Amino acid sequence: MSALRGLIIKESKHILRDRKTLVILFVIPVALVLIIGYVVSMDVKDTVIGVYDKARDSESVRLTNRIVSSGYFKLGKIITHDDQIESAFRTGSIRMAVVIGDHFGKRMLQPAGGAAVQIIADASEANTAQLLVSYCEAVIRSFALEESVVARPPVEVEVKMFFNPFLNSIYMSIPGIMALVLIIVTAMMTSLSITREKELGSMEILLASPLAPFQIIIGKVAPYLALASINAVTIVLLGYFVFRVPMLGSWQLLFLINFLYIYLSLALGILVSSLASTQMVAMFASMFGLLLPTMLLSGFIFPIENMPDWLQALSRILPPRYYVEAIKAVMIQGSGLAVVWHHLLVMSAFGMIYTIAAVKKFKIRME
Amino acid sequence: MIRIANVCKSFGAVQALNDVSFEVKENELFGLIGPDGAGKSTLFRILISLMTPDSGTVALWGLDAVRDYKAVRKIIGYMPGKFSLYEDLTVEENLQFFASVFGVTVEENYHLIEEVYSHIAPFRKRPAGKLSGGMKQKLALSCALIHKPRLLALDEPTTGVDAVSRKEFWENLGAIRQAGVTTIVATPYMDEAALCDRIAFINKGRILSIDTPQNIVERTTQRIFAIRAANMRTLPALCRSLPEAIAAYSFGDSVHLAVNSHHTEADGIRQQLTRLSCEKITVEPIAPTIEDCFIITAKN
Repeated sequence: MSALRGLIIKESKHILRDRKTLVILFVIPVALVLIIGYVVSMDVKDTVIGVYDKARDSESVRLTNRIVSSGYFKLGKIITHDDQIESAFRTGSIRMAVVIGDHFGKRMLQPAGGAAVQIIADASEANTAQLLVSYCEAVIRSFALEESVVARPPVEVEVKMFFNPFLNSIYMSIPGIMALVLIIVTAMMTSLSITREKELGSMEILLASPLAPFQIIIGKVAPYLALASINAVTIVLLGYFVFRVPMLGSWQLLFLINFLYIYLSLALGILVSSLASTQMVAMFASMFGLLLPTMLLSGFIFPIENMPDWLQALSRILPPRYYVEAIKAVMIQGSGLAVVWHHLLVMSAFGMIYTIAAVKKFKIRME
Repeated sequence: MIRIANVCKSFGAVQALNDVSFEVKENELFGLIGPDGAGKSTLFRILISLMTPDSGTVALWGLDAVRDYKAVRKIIGYMPGKFSLYEDLTVEENLQFFASVFGVTVEENYHLIEEVYSHIAPFRKRPAGKLSGGMKQKLALSCALIHKPRLLALDEPTTGVDAVSRKEFWENLGAIRQAGVTTIVATPYMDEAALCDRIAFINKGRILSIDTPQNIVERTTQRIFAIRAANMRTLPALCRSLPEAIAAYSFGDSVHLAVNSHHTEADGIRQQLTRLSCEKITVEPIAPTIEDCFIITAKN
């Protein structure tokens, strides 16, 4: 049996026998996708609103019906008095109130217009409030266009959302979750497994053996490469079948991107472990050095365009950003190599740099 | 054969090894005897190429431990101080893994480890973590031997092992030397020193003396007395206060007193101790043990 094969078999046995960690490694990705897909959804759906119809004419009733039947909103409370609005917000029974002004129908028919609708939102959650208001505005606008008897306005704005017409946030989340999970499984787990051998003292025996550094490293990394690939496939399939995330580009390209990313994460993990001497240090280093930047600076949670310049610059030297962009381009936009080639190039360069640094940093002796 | 010449090594302000030189002959069972912190482990790591000395050289059969570290690592079997095999792998899997690391099969060298391994063979399906301390050490020894090294380096192999297992372990070492493997053992246990062909006393990074255990005992010029009295607790300090005392220390149920002068007799000591108001004094001249020799050498 060759030394490398022996190392890989040994490492695989460590992974397979550590049942608890193994379960976590398979459950975390699935749980993350489901949680972020179902719970942390930023989409507007059946939000409870209050309607204060001061006009009570047929047009106002039609508008109310239109809003409530849009699927975005659900009528939770019929408001009959001004004071009720604030108290309804305070008790949290509604998230938004629509106030339809006096003589709504009559004013709509007048050429000068002046039919008034007021939207009141709970801005203690600013982002949600903005989202709700813009959805509601869109519904009212289309109502006004259809019902209007007067000439259409001179400028008509038509908004169309390409690639993600209903602004499903899971389209954004899936690539982000993949970036996150793959970093955890690969970088964190490999750095932990190498530092564990240092703590245990077995690294001393491996170092004192004829094994070359690259053999020790590949032996460590290969099983995690397999594990991470399984995770990547699981997440893509979950997104594709459960959340109907489109897969417009080529599967081969998707796997090439994933493979590159896994590879460079592994190299990062080895780099971390060559700098850390205990599992504790490796853990914290990968948490704060890898996990947080992946979450915050990959564009997964916060759009990179809105960041201050220095953070944008920082995000440019971190690989997850390129990974998330490339995955989105291939899955959602159906882009091919013509678009993502420079992402691939950047990731390959990162992988190369990390590998060289890791091999250079790997100590053939003890300190 | 192994030649260690003028090796020095410091960690910051601590000088772990100070001008260490000695030779180990082919097929010898060589003991490195010294207390914790004497520099044994550092010396081992330098010997097997895991560390580089600040100055001095280590040559193993003509190979330089720093320059030819790759070649050196092929001919050594190393067993570090703490148990460092894989606890979640079985006995058998550990052995197979280390055989594969050195590119050999368990079968081709089984004859070499047979005597050691036969003790643990009945438990070969058991995870190494669930073995007793003695069995763990036997497994570690088997793993260090499986590639038929020219030099076996054992760093405190019997620390934390029960007396019976320790005895068996040393019997195994004797058999391994018969098979032609040069062995260097570090141990803090003085009783084990007597089982080596030659021993080196090491303390505070310095080699104090090197010889066969027998010569070390015979060449001791100091006289040793075993002393008992009613006040055993204060006795070592009282003995140390005697003008001719070199060292005095508790040793089992008595106090050993080492004196330089050959004119000192048991009666004289008894009289002096009586003057220091000791009661029920017995003073008995004894032959020095290895431990006595070590303490005397360390004092000098």
